[in-house]
Amino acid sequence: MAEPSAIPLPFAITLSAATSRSNHTGAWRTERPVYVDLLPPCVNACPAGENVQRWLYHAEERDHEAAWRELMRDNPFPAIMGRVCYHPCQTACNRASLDEAVGINAVERFLGDEALRQGWTVTPPESASGYRVLIVGAGPAGLSAAYHLRLLGHDVVVRDASPQAGGMMRYGIPTYRLPRDILDLELARLLDLGIVLELGRRVDDLPTEMADGGFDAAFLGIGAQLARRAYLPAGDSARILDALGVLRTVADGGAPLLGRRVVVYGGGNTAMDVARTARRLGSTDTLVIYRRTREKMPAADVEVEEALAEGVRIRWLSTIAYAGDGAVVVERMRLDEAGRPEPTGEFEQLPADSVVLAIGQDIDQSILSDVDGISVVDGLVQVGPDFMTGRAGVFAGGDVATNDRTVTSAVGQGKRAARQIDAWLRGQVMAAQQPRRLATADRLNPWYYSDAPAAVRPQLDAARRASTFDEVVQGLDETTAVYEARRCLSCGNCFECDNCYGMCPDNAVIKLGPGQRYTIDLNYCKGCGICAAECPCGAIDMVPEET
Amino acid sequence: MRAQREGSQAVALTVARCRPEVVCAYPISPQTHIVEGLSAIVASGELAPCEFVNVESEFAALSVAIGASAAGARAYTATASQGLLFMAEALWNASGLGLPIVMTVANRAIGAPINIWNDHSDAMALRDCGWIQLYAQDNQEAADLHILAFRLAEQLSVPVMVCMDGFVLTHAVEEIDVADQELVDRYLPPYRPRQVLDPKAPITIGAMVGPEAFTEVRYLAHQTQRQALTVIPRLADEFATVFGRRSASLVSPYRTEDADLVVVALGSVLGTLAETIDELRDDGVRVGALGITTFRPFPTEAVRAALRDGQRVVALERAFSIGSGGVVSQDLRVALAGMDCPLSTVVAGLGGRPITRPSLRQLITQARSAPGDPTAGPQPLVFLDLDRDLLAHG
Amino acid sequence: MAVQRVKFYQTGSFAVGNRLLDPAMRSVQSDATRTNAITSGHRACRGCGEALGARYVLDAAMRATGGKLVTVNATGCLEVFSTPYPESAWQVAWLHSLFGNAPAVAAGVAAALRAKGRTDIRVIGQAGDGGTVDIGFGCLSGLFERDDDVLFVCYDNQGYMNTGVQRSGATPPAARTTTTPVEEQAPGNRFGQGKFVPFIAMAHEIPYVATATIADLRDLEAKVERAMQLRGARYLHVLVPCPLGWGTDASETIRIARLATECGLFPVFEAERGEVTDVNPIRHRVPVEEYLRRQVRYRHLFEPTRRDDLIARIQARADANILRFGLLDEKES
Repeated sequence: MAEPSAIPLPFAITLSAATSRSNHTGAWRTERPVYVDLLPPCVNACPAGENVQRWLYHAEERDHEAAWRELMRDNPFPAIMGRVCYHPCQTACNRASLDEAVGINAVERFLGDEALRQGWTVTPPESASGYRVLIVGAGPAGLSAAYHLRLLGHDVVVRDASPQAGGMMRYGIPTYRLPRDILDLELARLLDLGIVLELGRRVDDLPTEMADGGFDAAFLGIGAQLARRAYLPAGDSARILDALGVLRTVADGGAPLLGRRVVVYGGGNTAMDVARTARRLGSTDTLVIYRRTREKMPAADVEVEEALAEGVRIRWLSTIAYAGDGAVVVERMRLDEAGRPEPTGEFEQLPADSVVLAIGQDIDQSILSDVDGISVVDGLVQVGPDFMTGRAGVFAGGDVATNDRTVTSAVGQGKRAARQIDAWLRGQVMAAQQPRRLATADRLNPWYYSDAPAAVRPQLDAARRASTFDEVVQGLDETTAVYEARRCLSCGNCFECDNCYGMCPDNAVIKLGPGQRYTIDLNYCKGCGICAAECPCGAIDMVPEET
Repeated sequence: MRAQREGSQAVALTVARCRPEVVCAYPISPQTHIVEGLSAIVASGELAPCEFVNVESEFAALSVAIGASAAGARAYTATASQGLLFMAEALWNASGLGLPIVMTVANRAIGAPINIWNDHSDAMALRDCGWIQLYAQDNQEAADLHILAFRLAEQLSVPVMVCMDGFVLTHAVEEIDVADQELVDRYLPPYRPRQVLDPKAPITIGAMVGPEAFTEVRYLAHQTQRQALTVIPRLADEFATVFGRRSASLVSPYRTEDADLVVVALGSVLGTLAETIDELRDDGVRVGALGITTFRPFPTEAVRAALRDGQRVVALERAFSIGSGGVVSQDLRVALAGMDCPLSTVVAGLGGRPITRPSLRQLITQARSAPGDPTAGPQPLVFLDLDRDLLAHG
Repeated sequence: MAVQRVKFYQTGSFAVGNRLLDPAMRSVQSDATRTNAITSGHRACRGCGEALGARYVLDAAMRATGGKLVTVNATGCLEVFSTPYPESAWQVAWLHSLFGNAPAVAAGVAAALRAKGRTDIRVIGQAGDGGTVDIGFGCLSGLFERDDDVLFVCYDNQGYMNTGVQRSGATPPAARTTTTPVEEQAPGNRFGQGKFVPFIAMAHEIPYVATATIADLRDLEAKVERAMQLRGARYLHVLVPCPLGWGTDASETIRIARLATECGLFPVFEAERGEVTDVNPIRHRVPVEEYLRRQVRYRHLFEPTRRDDLIARIQARADANILRFGLLDEKES
């Protein structure tokens, strides 16, 4: 090119580049875009309070350790959770309205297993708070509380009457859902943090034990271990067992005598677990009797489906009127106008070598009976929003205090209780968290997400399942887990897709770099709203300017 | 190199020696031979590097030249008549952007009625478009003016039209000296653009200018073009030094010293006029001519300097403003302000009608004998050789 | 399809950026160091599709050419809102001449660069639909026919928006403009034969012709990149909705462009030497009504009385496009 001469540029008709930047078009604006962080439905639904979206974000980048560490902020048992959780997160997942919910649980399991394979551990706290906390019960609630309290710097002692730790994770959940090596590994990692575990150590007198041990606070996580016994007219020779007892016997290595034809009475997850266990113990004819319809059944869908796949039969709208020798009499039910089951007077006799009752559990109140201030109403220990019972310094959570009756819920309660205990010990009051707005599906701009159906977790062949306690559901390989994580829509939270940065006609979105997201240059933003409209995940609000 | 050649061919050869880098061509009579000549030169490779672009219209021809010039290339095109008018919008644009394009205008009438022959209606219609307009008296001057035009255009960043009478000059074969390449190179340095499209120094050429600065832009355009009135004589002197012959400058007086009547004219008619003046002088008639070579910018001072009080002035024009009168006359009237020089206007040579010596003799004779009362008010517009029979019976 | 579809999910094949991709494979617009060929402070209306389209195209071209790019701009919105004295929004070498001559000026720039042996510097001419399909059309055809080394880009907003929303040769049937008013007997722009310049460009058998919209950035960028790989006359026709002229909310600009393609009215394809070589299939087909309803310029099709006859004629045009270009995947057709 010819070099321009030194003569100045022609007046007015020729301009220097980018001089428009002195024109601040932000003055045109009547609305401004504001980045928001909304509550993703998965997080909202997670009983353990996991920041699901956040750990999926790391998993998408194949930074599995970061994902696992994010998970571990809320839940010390990713490998267990990835097996036993009924994943209400997936029920809530907005992706279900596009194709299928993200397989969060499967990714969680992958991360949990990866941590065990890689030997990732959590670093114990460096400084000690000087406080001692007694945890009663080594189930999911107690261990979760112990984990979080320990990370907060407290001395923690866990006491449990059983010979092994784990509570319902060990004694209630069959091994084909939770192999014991997984359980043991995650427990060991937890205990390695310096938590003192005392097994075979039933706590009968809490105030004395607290005083003797110099404990500043206690957490009751004793669960609901007593099988509920409904009144069931039965002949003398009828063989009637309770589900919890059956499962516990199996967990201890025993084989309860159930016979070939087993009738399970109940419709919850325990009913499914025990029916599937019965199949594995040799029952050829396993029938679940439940009073209401399938829709009303409290058992998780996945459990019902797996049970059916394994040959368990289910009879809905039925009740056991009488249990006799080798048979039960079943009465057919129907729903009244209010949707409640009512008897029809139609009876049928079915063969049954045994009847297993799976109609709920109650808490063992014996430990509580002499403790002042602790009250039990409708079978639950009463706690405040801070998880403290009526007795100062004594907290409770998990099955003993709620009817949720899932491992995940217990883990979540243990965590939240631990944080309250910590605040109480330090003489602080935890600030109530600002409720976050929910990231609803209508905020999404789903165009930007490719159609991608969920990855299917491999399963053990159904025919083989009935004869083995091997784990039924297999894990995802790394590629599939990453694929699944990448199906996350990041509802309500910026995931740095660059749409706002790329689509602003005024270059008024400033990109701050990886992990730093964006900021709006209000000098130039005209407030057109394209960024908000085209944000795939609904993470931008348009807010009126104050005039 | 001196040789018998057609005017168009001389212009083509001369333009080639000016080393244009982009030549755009669209055919229209009577400029066609110029671009034909250039196309042959470019095709021969003699002029490399040069791009010869055949375009789809005159509008495109000048537009291509605009783009080429803005990209830093020496750009040239040629046109005439309707073609010039079709370029009109681009003409204003090229000058507004200060792009030193050089263009030959082979002057020709404008239709309707369609007429391919010579007059000055085309260039005169665009006299206000910001281009410098030079009018050649003969083919030697036509050729030489192009060399000066490139130098002038690039020095001032103003486009230049070199006007030469269509057919009368373009198609006339005479002995013409086409300047040697070595001399042209000495006279005309490579183009150094004032502004250029350069990815390394990205500027914005062609902004929109509102009322707040538009007057100032136009004022500066006027000032810049007026600079040509001092630059052209210097360049003409330098031309004479380099090439050993005087070619055009602002005005060219012919035997005006003691004349009591001076005919002012542009273009090739000055040759006929000189012959007529010589004849009349032989008869003792004191008459002279003033050729205007540089019509834009109008050389007001040079015209005043060339005339004296008491001289009658006749503007002989090959175009006029319908409904008003002479075009050159208007500029003359401004130039003669305060001088005792009665001015009359004669329209002649429209649409290719020859301006003959007898007609000129008659015109001058009549003009000299007319009462020279400057208070008599505006003179009626005279049309030379107007055929009243044709009007009566046509 | 020119664009390599990237099968990542949360970050999507269709979003501007993708943090999971190697930076070299990411879109130009996701790059924090993109040229911003047209920068902040320009005076385009809120939500202007053309401002966006021009930045998309030129930034992509700057990447493709390593910054060796000059641009020629016709008169129009893009020119007016970007260069009011004393402020220019351009950060690329830029020249504006006239409304109707941008293709010729660009050809002149290309000729100059050729003469100077600087064919490493590439030329883009750009205009709105008025400057392309109407007043600049003769020059455009000349550019094509000569096969000058210019990529000419039409930012099609289907009317003369700069002058106040008048009809152009690219205004679609039934659209209301200020010169195609809606009266009882005259439902907006007439149903003519249409003037789809991409087809006309293809008839010149130039090396490359493509259509695109601002709703599919990666596709647009890929087409610019492809165009810059080729020499000779190339043509890119980009649909850029105009909130002012179309009567749409400023925030809807991208969505409207998306609906234009998803209903079939604006086919997105590319062609080389006059032959269609690739077509972007419709992902989620919608009836034209979805597209029309959101625009005030078509409001008279729905109120005060619904004009099913006219909607059907427009739908028929969309259907014809779908058939002609095979815009539907097997599973959807």
